[in-house]
Amino acid sequence: MQQSLRILIADDNETDRMILRTIVRKEGHEVMLAANGEEALRVFYEGRPDLILLDVLMPVMDGLTVAKEIRKSLVDDYVPIIFLTSLQDAESLAECLESGGDDFLSKPYNRVILKAKIKAFGRMRNMHEKLQEHNRQLVIEQQVAKTIFDNVAHSGCLDMHNISYSLSPLSVFNGDTVLAERKPDGGMHLFLGDFTGHGLPAAIGAMPLAEIFYGMTAKGFSMEEVLREINSKLRGILPVGVFCCGCFLELDFYEKKAQIWMGGIPDIVLYRSSTGSIETISSNNLPLGVLEAHQFQPAIQESFMADGDELFIWSDGIIEARNANEELFGEERLLNIFSVPRKQSMFDSILDAVDEFVGETGADDDLTLLMVRMVGIDEIGLPDFENKRGSLGGPQHWDFSYKLYGSSLRDFNPLPLVLNILTEVEGLRSMSGQLYTMLAELYSNGLEHGVLKLSSDFKTSTDGFAAYYVEREKRLAALEEGYVIIQAKHVPDGVGGVLELYIEDSGDGFDHQKFLQKAVPGEGYSGRGLPLIRGICEDFHYNDKGNVVHARLRWPTNKLN
Amino acid sequence: MAVTATTNGNSITIKVSGRFDFSSHQEFRQIYESVPADVTHYTVDMAEATYLDSSALGMLLLMRDHAGGDNAQIEIVNCNEDVKKILTISNFGQLFTIS
Repeated sequence: MQQSLRILIADDNETDRMILRTIVRKEGHEVMLAANGEEALRVFYEGRPDLILLDVLMPVMDGLTVAKEIRKSLVDDYVPIIFLTSLQDAESLAECLESGGDDFLSKPYNRVILKAKIKAFGRMRNMHEKLQEHNRQLVIEQQVAKTIFDNVAHSGCLDMHNISYSLSPLSVFNGDTVLAERKPDGGMHLFLGDFTGHGLPAAIGAMPLAEIFYGMTAKGFSMEEVLREINSKLRGILPVGVFCCGCFLELDFYEKKAQIWMGGIPDIVLYRSSTGSIETISSNNLPLGVLEAHQFQPAIQESFMADGDELFIWSDGIIEARNANEELFGEERLLNIFSVPRKQSMFDSILDAVDEFVGETGADDDLTLLMVRMVGIDEIGLPDFENKRGSLGGPQHWDFSYKLYGSSLRDFNPLPLVLNILTEVEGLRSMSGQLYTMLAELYSNGLEHGVLKLSSDFKTSTDGFAAYYVEREKRLAALEEGYVIIQAKHVPDGVGGVLELYIEDSGDGFDHQKFLQKAVPGEGYSGRGLPLIRGICEDFHYNDKGNVVHARLRWPTNKLN
Repeated sequence: MAVTATTNGNSITIKVSGRFDFSSHQEFRQIYESVPADVTHYTVDMAEATYLDSSALGMLLLMRDHAGGDNAQIEIVNCNEDVKKILTISNFGQLFTIS
């Protein structure tokens, strides 16, 4: 069935108006009439017709002017205009279309053709309306999705003062992700990711990525463990050909160390604030989501960073920013920014330089940039994982014993799991940073000095520190025998609770006296956790042999900072 | 952007020219999907490719999957500096033979 349209007929000739009105009405459409251009405009604004039959030559205002006015006032809406004309020359007819008309109908009117044209343009207007409706829906969905995306993909501790970042504006959904979260041990994980493609498909992958990143980081998993999990998740859910280029950083604010994983992302820059020099670090991994879990072997690079040194990471958007002449901003221009002394921060200098280069074209606003500065741990403090589930209290009265044998010690890190159990006690959750450091210190003492029989004398110099870890890896890989027992017990005491920890290893004991005497952090590279352990524990001691350590901690405690 | 292919016995050479990006998705896909079953060796000739973006990397991965995944023999040859850089950054050397 044909749809009924509201049709405006504008013609100064009364006879023509009447003829047209009769034809149009017979087809079941509603008619509005106008006798000159000005009237046509007024009726158009008041009556909002679906289609206009417009005489070219009319008094007061001609049809061409009317068409131009109408086109100007309609932004998203489409109202077909068919010119009525006795003109025959090609130029005049072309002018009709140029001024905003869609077609023309020559006088005298042919009833069959008029009917067919109204029908055809009615169809077109319908199609346009549907398209508009879909488009509106899409825009709304995109905005909602972008808000959710931003909440998930650009959150965590990005507001810390040693981090600066810049992202595309709200209108651009480019699938770039910037994440940062503190680790329980006081360190920090950062991730800048760039999914292939643009728009929603690119953004969807960021959701599980961010969930894994935050969840595992807060539980104390290492960078490599988080990367493995993200890679296998993305590999499982993304279609072949869609993947995530990215850079993953793990910063240690105690040992002034950055561990860097890069896959498919442009060179990053390490800016030495004391000398103003830069070092570039290149990607040496495949992007995330390409390799199967068993093939994924993350290659991690390591750099020492003095306080004040800055790491700059960007997606290819900055390098590929174009100016009006279609030139690319390019890596050279980007690196040159660092060689010029600046009054403002390097981060702002980069954004300004790109802005200036791109100029008014504004075509590329795909600028994802992340900067993180090495600072002292005192400056940023330990993380405070707030209780997100309300005060449930959690299990208060329990104990467990967990014994790990050689082959398990080889490639499993039990600390996140243990920390997870401990922090189920709400009162301990706010201390998860200190607890993790304490567990990590005591567990690695047991594992390294006890089970692996490594001497901490190694660790007194930077070289020795590296050698120590090489040796640790070697002995760990060959580990068959030995064990570590982790026991924990929590008892409520009315106001708060008491946590007792017991860690035993299969070793011959180690020189714990020396370990305990070392009270100054930063003396050499080992033993930094001890003052902290002493600070939070009510009681803390080794057995004589040195293979068993006891710690007792009572909460709430005012010893905490 | 254009993609052409020539088959010679059990090997095929796919030649990409101009910008290798999402706009060539359909074309590129049609080519590798219609490769005869006896083709075992793939060569992607980048001599005339000026640029590739991440969706081009995605297409190469799709082709690799289609050609047998880890068992695929795919060579990417005649890359200019820009193209080579993009392939290197992404470590595609682990998956393809690049020269």
